[in-house]
Amino acid sequence: MHASLALPVLLSFFMGIAAVCCGRRWVSSLAVLTATATCVLYAQFVPQVLDGHVITSPFWQITALDIVGGLRLDGLGALFAVLISAIGALVFLYAGRYLHGDTRRHRLLVVLLFFMGSMLGAVTADDVIILFIFWELTSLASFFLIGYDHEIPEARHAALQSLLITAGGGLALLAGFILIADAAGTTSLSGILGARAAVLSHPQSMTAMGLIILGCFTKSAQFPFHFWLPNAMAAPTPVSAYLHSATMVKLGVYLLARLSPLYSGTAAWHGTLVLFGALTAFTGILLAFRHTDLKRILAYTTVSALGLLTLLLGAGTELAIIAALAFLMVHALYKASLFLLAGIIDHATGVRDIRQLRGLGRAMPLTAVFTALAALSMAGVPPLLGFVAKELVYESLLAGPHHALATIILTFVVNAGTVALAILLSVRIFAGPRQPTPVLPHDPPWAMLTGPAVLATIGLIAGVALSAVTEPWIRTAATAVLGYPTVHALSMWHGLTPVLGLSAVTIALGILLYCAWTPVHRRLVATTAIDRLAPERAYDAILAGMLSLAHGVTMFVQGGSLRTYLRTLFAVATAALLVTLLGREAFLWPGISVDPLDLRYLAFVGIIVGALAAARARTAFVAVIAAGLTGFGAALVFLFFGAPDVSFTQFSVETLLVVILASTLAQVPIPTADIRSRSQKRCDAVIGIAFGAAITLTLLSLLAVPLDLRLTAWFGENSLLAARGRNVVNVILVDFRALDTLGETTVLAIAAFAVHSLLRRARRVRALPAHSNRK
Amino acid sequence: MKPSLILRTTSTPILLLAALYSLYILLRGHNAPGGGFIGGLIAGVGILFYAIGRGRDDALRLLRLPPIAFCAIGVSCALVSGLFGLLPGTDYLTHQWSEIDLLGFAFPLGTTLLFDLGVYLTVLGTVSTIFLNLVRR
Repeated sequence: MHASLALPVLLSFFMGIAAVCCGRRWVSSLAVLTATATCVLYAQFVPQVLDGHVITSPFWQITALDIVGGLRLDGLGALFAVLISAIGALVFLYAGRYLHGDTRRHRLLVVLLFFMGSMLGAVTADDVIILFIFWELTSLASFFLIGYDHEIPEARHAALQSLLITAGGGLALLAGFILIADAAGTTSLSGILGARAAVLSHPQSMTAMGLIILGCFTKSAQFPFHFWLPNAMAAPTPVSAYLHSATMVKLGVYLLARLSPLYSGTAAWHGTLVLFGALTAFTGILLAFRHTDLKRILAYTTVSALGLLTLLLGAGTELAIIAALAFLMVHALYKASLFLLAGIIDHATGVRDIRQLRGLGRAMPLTAVFTALAALSMAGVPPLLGFVAKELVYESLLAGPHHALATIILTFVVNAGTVALAILLSVRIFAGPRQPTPVLPHDPPWAMLTGPAVLATIGLIAGVALSAVTEPWIRTAATAVLGYPTVHALSMWHGLTPVLGLSAVTIALGILLYCAWTPVHRRLVATTAIDRLAPERAYDAILAGMLSLAHGVTMFVQGGSLRTYLRTLFAVATAALLVTLLGREAFLWPGISVDPLDLRYLAFVGIIVGALAAARARTAFVAVIAAGLTGFGAALVFLFFGAPDVSFTQFSVETLLVVILASTLAQVPIPTADIRSRSQKRCDAVIGIAFGAAITLTLLSLLAVPLDLRLTAWFGENSLLAARGRNVVNVILVDFRALDTLGETTVLAIAAFAVHSLLRRARRVRALPAHSNRK
Repeated sequence: MKPSLILRTTSTPILLLAALYSLYILLRGHNAPGGGFIGGLIAGVGILFYAIGRGRDDALRLLRLPPIAFCAIGVSCALVSGLFGLLPGTDYLTHQWSEIDLLGFAFPLGTTLLFDLGVYLTVLGTVSTIFLNLVRR
């Protein structure tokens, strides 16, 4: 059982790596198999979880870092994990066919596999730090997937926007996590939920809550961060279906649900979630009516659905939580299938504009049937699961303590709008006489149709076989969210209640709205106030402001003259040293005796001669060689005075330095003669002498302080015993402080990468002038 | 600017010497002055002389992989060497040792060597990346 919960996550990552290697031929089959395997791996836990058991695994506990949570699968996690892996398998199947002929498609599938692994890790993590890492990994995957068509500027812009917003929110989330983990005394999620009193009585508890809500809102595209989600539609359609409707954007909702037991009863929590949820739901529907692009309409309805979910979690009653979970499930099913179907329509006709798509039903009968099925669930028509979810939403809002009239009216309007859009996406596209399209439409191959067909059908089955299929899932998930077992039974037929009436009126109003779609759409497009008030403008302004500020600061700090940099650096260092030594009277005179006949001091003569020669040199060439002489002198000093390792390194570095500098000087067309003016030279001389004096004084003072040999003794004793090495320097580097060395090695490699790309680019840019300057 | 005949002729033996010596320095590093960093630098000096004597393209051909790849391989080696520490349940980067019987001598071999090899390759890669990008063919 140790790693059993980690297995699906690890499998996704490893298969992602394997897919990189196996090339594009088999990658889509591999991806489908992997997702299916993860789904099966989770399915084996499902009976236990639905029985009310919680499965835990200590994997990813890093006790040395106090990360103690590990992995945990309860009802909520299982609902998400199964949805993610099952929809993943269908989306991969679809994507392999959708991108057929695209030579880069394996890249997309590899990132999708990584995404699936991160997502599964996030929903099964029982530790806030692990959760945060996976959370940010999903943002990163989303960035790469949105920017898949990187040659298109809009795609790059959208990718950057989503990354800045979601990863920025992720940082807020991390801060919030650290605060609550600090308050609870553990990073384990279940531990934090258990230490409710401690977390809530912490002085910073409201700040922590605000930060966490911020993180969830950015991820789940809540107002005013909603705009990144429709822009993310620049990604290929399978990605939109998977990340930006069914899974990733629900991660924020997941976390809100996960933390509900912690904050339920806190007025600010309920208030914030209800307010912003309602605002988001309404904004989403309003903006959906402004657009004619299939994917954008779907994206805005997703925003609206996410808002509704947040609103329900904010309401926080038992019924509201159940409604939220049912709605979450049904939304994942119908929205993923609608997105996939939109991709099919786009593929088959070459058009995504709703105004040019009419009467496709005869040409694409199967597509029409499944679109209708998904749209019926979206509209909430019995006997589909969507109906049950909508009934629950109304019921909970009417019964709950937060049954402010405004919330109910707003939900009603949002639902009616959703109904209208569901009709728009199905009836309008498929019924009636056909309009000519650039490509002659036809039903897609089975690989593309399977996904939407299965998902839409599950929406139907889950509605019909309510108590057998759906109820256990919702009940166990609700138990996890509420923190206590719930016994509420789902039902399709409640009798003639006000809720049923509201549902009927919703559908009627939806049909009316659909009939009035053209004028409403025109009117909304003409309303420019919406554009002027859009939060996206604030985002653009802030980003532009930051860039110009950074530009200004960079221009001020880095004027581009290396001499100025060096002068500044040395002047500041000298001033700091001298102020400390002389101003604070820290200077001490060491009591050392010098034997003037020691031949080893000749090395110092080398250093001095080199330094003087470098200062007097007329060309850069001579200066480099003279500077090399000082370096070799220093290496000799190290060798003579008992630091062979350092001396070794110094010799090699000096050799490299002289050779690299000399050969660069021989090739780069820069003036090698000294072009400084007299006063500049004088200034440099003053700075140089002052710096040398400051360093000398510092070293003398250091010698005056008695040497603390405790560490030397410890390493000397333990180096051979604990690390089996006699060379203490090397043992410290590779064993005792190996993590530091690893970091330094990585820095070195990163520097090499930077040099590599910089110089390669410089060579390409300067290819012509360089050629003419060749000797 | 053509390199002198002396430089051309001696560049290969210098490279061989540097390579051998750098490996020796790498291997003995745990018990005597040396180690991956110095070894990598020495090997880098060898490549550098070779590139000066025989030209950049010959040096690139000799390396077979692009120089930057050595950095990637090196960092990977160092990263992987730490994983062995997880096997017996200790922390990452806890180095493991075993005795290998070599011609009757018990020869201690540790994951530190893989770690140091990583450092060696990264340093070598960095030096050659910088130099081979700077010189023109």
